[in-house]
Amino acid sequence: MSGANDPYDPKQVAALSPEALDEAVRAALGAFAAAADLEALAAARPAHLGDRAPVLLARRELGALPPAARSDAGKRVNAARVAVTEAYDARRAELEAERDARVLAEERVDVTLPWDRTPRGARHPLTTLVDRIADIFVGMGYEVADGPELEAEWLNFDALNFGPDHPARWLSDTFFVAPEDSGLVLRTHTSPVQARTMLERQPPIYVVAPGRVYRTDELDATHLPVFHQVEGLAVDRGLTMAHLRGTLDHLARQLFGPDARTRWRPHFFPFTEPSAEFDVWFPEHRDGPQWVEWGGCGMVNPRVLRACGVDPDTYTGFAFGMGIERALQFRSAVSDMHDIAEADVRFTSVFGVEQ
Amino acid sequence: MKVPVSWLSELVDLPAGTTVEELDAAFVRLGFEVEDVVRPPVTTGPLVVGRVLDIEELTGFKKPIRYCQVEVGEAEPRGIVCGARNFAVGDLVVAALPGAVLPGDFAIAARKTYDHVSDGMICSVRELGIGEDHAGILVLGQAGYVPGTPAADVLGLDDVVFDLEVTPDRGYAMSMRGIARDLAGVLGVTWRDPADLPLPGWAGAPAWEVTVADPDRCDRFSMLAVEDLDPAAPSPWPLRRRLAQCGVRSISLAVDVTNYVMLELGQPMHAFDRATVTGPITVRRATAGERLTTLDGVDRALTDDDLLITDASGPIGLAGVMGGASTEIGDTTTAVLLEAAHWEPTGISRGVRRHRLPSEAGKRFERGTDPEVTVVALARAAALLAEHGGARIVGAPVDVDTRAPRPAIALDAGLPGRIAGVPYTRDQVLEVLTAVGAEVSGDGDALHVTPPSWRGDLQEPADLVEEVVRFRGFDEIPSILPTAPPGGGLTERQRRRRSIGRALAEAGYVEAPAFPFTGPAQLDALGLPADDDRRRVITVRNPLSEEAPALRTTLLPGLLAALARNLARGLRDVALFEHGSVFPGGDGTPAPLPGADRRPDDATLAALLGAVPAQPWHVAVALTGQREPRGWWGPGRPAAWADAVQAARLVAAAAGAELTVEQAEQAPWHPGRCAALLVGDRVVGYAGELHPKVCEVLGLPARTAVMELDADALPEPTVPQARSISTFPPVRMDLALLVPEDQPEDRVRRALRDGAGELLEDLRLFDVYTGSSVPGGQKSLAYSLTFRAPDRTLTSEEARVAFDAAVAAAVAANGAQLRG
Repeated sequence: MSGANDPYDPKQVAALSPEALDEAVRAALGAFAAAADLEALAAARPAHLGDRAPVLLARRELGALPPAARSDAGKRVNAARVAVTEAYDARRAELEAERDARVLAEERVDVTLPWDRTPRGARHPLTTLVDRIADIFVGMGYEVADGPELEAEWLNFDALNFGPDHPARWLSDTFFVAPEDSGLVLRTHTSPVQARTMLERQPPIYVVAPGRVYRTDELDATHLPVFHQVEGLAVDRGLTMAHLRGTLDHLARQLFGPDARTRWRPHFFPFTEPSAEFDVWFPEHRDGPQWVEWGGCGMVNPRVLRACGVDPDTYTGFAFGMGIERALQFRSAVSDMHDIAEADVRFTSVFGVEQ
Repeated sequence: MKVPVSWLSELVDLPAGTTVEELDAAFVRLGFEVEDVVRPPVTTGPLVVGRVLDIEELTGFKKPIRYCQVEVGEAEPRGIVCGARNFAVGDLVVAALPGAVLPGDFAIAARKTYDHVSDGMICSVRELGIGEDHAGILVLGQAGYVPGTPAADVLGLDDVVFDLEVTPDRGYAMSMRGIARDLAGVLGVTWRDPADLPLPGWAGAPAWEVTVADPDRCDRFSMLAVEDLDPAAPSPWPLRRRLAQCGVRSISLAVDVTNYVMLELGQPMHAFDRATVTGPITVRRATAGERLTTLDGVDRALTDDDLLITDASGPIGLAGVMGGASTEIGDTTTAVLLEAAHWEPTGISRGVRRHRLPSEAGKRFERGTDPEVTVVALARAAALLAEHGGARIVGAPVDVDTRAPRPAIALDAGLPGRIAGVPYTRDQVLEVLTAVGAEVSGDGDALHVTPPSWRGDLQEPADLVEEVVRFRGFDEIPSILPTAPPGGGLTERQRRRRSIGRALAEAGYVEAPAFPFTGPAQLDALGLPADDDRRRVITVRNPLSEEAPALRTTLLPGLLAALARNLARGLRDVALFEHGSVFPGGDGTPAPLPGADRRPDDATLAALLGAVPAQPWHVAVALTGQREPRGWWGPGRPAAWADAVQAARLVAAAAGAELTVEQAEQAPWHPGRCAALLVGDRVVGYAGELHPKVCEVLGLPARTAVMELDADALPEPTVPQARSISTFPPVRMDLALLVPEDQPEDRVRRALRDGAGELLEDLRLFDVYTGSSVPGGQKSLAYSLTFRAPDRTLTSEEARVAFDAAVAAAVAANGAQLRG
């Protein structure tokens, strides 16, 4: 090492000679390349890039050179240092990549393992189907109306043009509530919600009323004493059967696909006149595309409008109702009503939360 | 209503080549649902009409046997062995000849039997597949057919019978006459009205002396007497065949004729043995205590709603429902009093129901018959009895007719089009109304429509509109989606019900709706005390099951039954929920039943709506087994009381409400593991572990956990207000407190929260410990607290001050000690 103020000729400073620098670089590159892993590389670093490494020592000698020689030697030294540094970084990157690859490979897991730690629940398909139907009508601007399951006999029957001796009012068809003069029944259909709505407010009325209803049928593969219906009611100026058909066709398409449509057969209901039963063309039926009986519909009987305080000379209305169990039956290929009623989780789970 | 096509085609000029499918479609279009299309089973090979020429009685066998010579249109008669005895020489029968195959693959061949070769078989209706009768062979009578004639046509083997469902408003369609009219109308072809008969030129005294004391229930009562009926005269085969096709059993000529006329014209009739009727006939209501033995031999107590036909001896018939035994036609009856009346339908309906006597007549009367045809029907029946039984009419008919004229209905000719949404022309409307049988008058669009006598159901313009649309066809109606005014979407309550269901399902519960019926045994199983509110039930007068006559006041019995059912089916880890109405009992007022011809007045309406009990919406869960299953990750976690409580919190959160929880004792929960669920001070439900005794009684696993709450009692959610989100760093500090073991944890937590003040961002309990290092009677609660300031980086000193304040509050309120 030379003293700071000694005016040396660079050529006399061995450390700055091109040969010495080349040798230092070569040695460094060899050492880095020879390092098999990051630890070996780290161990090799001080000798070639540490404070006492040749290329760094050489740099200190630059100050001793006369200004004329300093620039030239400086460039050489710098080039050597950069070469060593780059070699080191490159080797390190290479080794890191190797290590990462190895570690990630070691960390491989079997991603097919199950992780069902939280059991999955489900809503009953009747519930989700009711919601779906309600949403379709809400989308058309309808409101969803609710009514009680234990209902006034007058609203369930009289207001809907069932005479006092109508067979539906027999004990063999309808659940009556004690005492005998209670005037209460378990509603046999969702239609009393129609009456409630009209008694509550004047048209225009566009409501849909899903809910649970009751008939005195024993449970078997095709009958339920407790089941669900969706009722629709529209009362407005100028409503026609064409509007009823349009509404049912729209519902059918939304629920059963773009090719679905309805077919009507004349029928009788006390609360509509004209009345029809309707079938829906269901292309996805498991036994092939076919017509499936679905519900009843018609123009609200003027007697019902009058009983509910709506002027039949000003307004017309249409109403329709269908069984949810029935729709579930053919839409989801349910063959036995017991399955709908028995709350077996294996049945319900299939349908998930939103069906 | 069973409709043989052969009969129909006698009345309607069906276009040539009309197929069964086309008829089927036409019926459906008219609103007569086709329940069945019945074709007799197939018979092949030679089946002919034969005449019995000789009968040789064979003896010496186990039963008497006949060897008959039967003329079958061949050069020589055939010898046929027959075991039946209900025929005589000269009778026409049906012979299946060798080569014939009867229904059921019954091949006929010449074979030796009873020492004779039987060269064919004489058939019973059952063997022919056209009826059930097998008591004897089918005798067609003694004339009317030529031996050797192929029998298929005679028997109606090529005929098709439609079984139509007739809706309750269409009484007229319970007859060939009504069906034929509608069918002709919709097909646009001509038809013949079988009621369009020339009446005989009867003369002399009326058949009987008759008074109708209740014209409201009977506005037309007609009778006709015949004499000299041959009681042994058989019903002719074509008549019997039609009755059989229509599902009516053949009894005797007189009964068969009345039934035939009923099928043809829709007018049920009754035949009295005239010799047994004494004194004048009165149609009146029964008086309480009166009795009548009906044709079926049942002695019936009568009520004052029963309408009777009486003579001097008392009741002789339950009007429109069933005749009396004392005046029944017998084997020797030669003089018959025929009755045809028009009864008020609902009275008949009540009588049929009261006496449990459904009948073909009742079905027609309760739907409404045509009051115009009573006398026509009598004439028709008398003519048939004359033709086939030698009877002759005596005197003139009685006809007590108090009908008021039928008012015309004012109809705007444009109304059908406006209701249907189809531009029907005035002519089209007129055409349909005429086809229906109405008389239409009026200029321009202001029509006056007088409905025909057989259409009691046509009372309002809407009824006429239906006829127009029905005849024109529903297929003409276009499909137009109406535009509803903008709606407000779901209500808060509806939204909440959905959110609750979804939240529970997402949390692993499966919805298990149950029928909402319950009974004392189910409430006993829950161990409810005698004065428990849930025992105040509403009962059903006509329950499906005597064990469950009441409406549920709690969801638990149904839910636990569903749980048990799933377990019984081999499932082990089950978590169920239900949400739905319950029906608390109480002292209600009866709901009034006002008239329905107008809106009830406000007071009546309020009474009506007020009489309907509140039916709150409950939510319940029940769970057992592993709440989280064991797996390759480690052991599972059993369902526990805490899951039930958490389910309640989940429900409340989904409803936008907040619950607090308190220790409680309430059946059917474990007294030490029951949480009352509160909103403010109000208990809205309970959750926890089921009482061990209840688990035992219901056969459920120990530690089954349940929750039930009243979702309607949760407050309406308020609109959430956003809080400002601090971006400054938090300070986290942990602490452990020793508190008395019976101290509810949530009070400690509340005290910490209150003491820590506004800088506390989050507080979590992360450990509850009662091990050896904790003094007896105490528990250690460990919390993690997160502090953060909204506007600055919190210094550790500031956080420490808040922390100390939290500890001080917990110590002060709960007797807690800070653990080292």
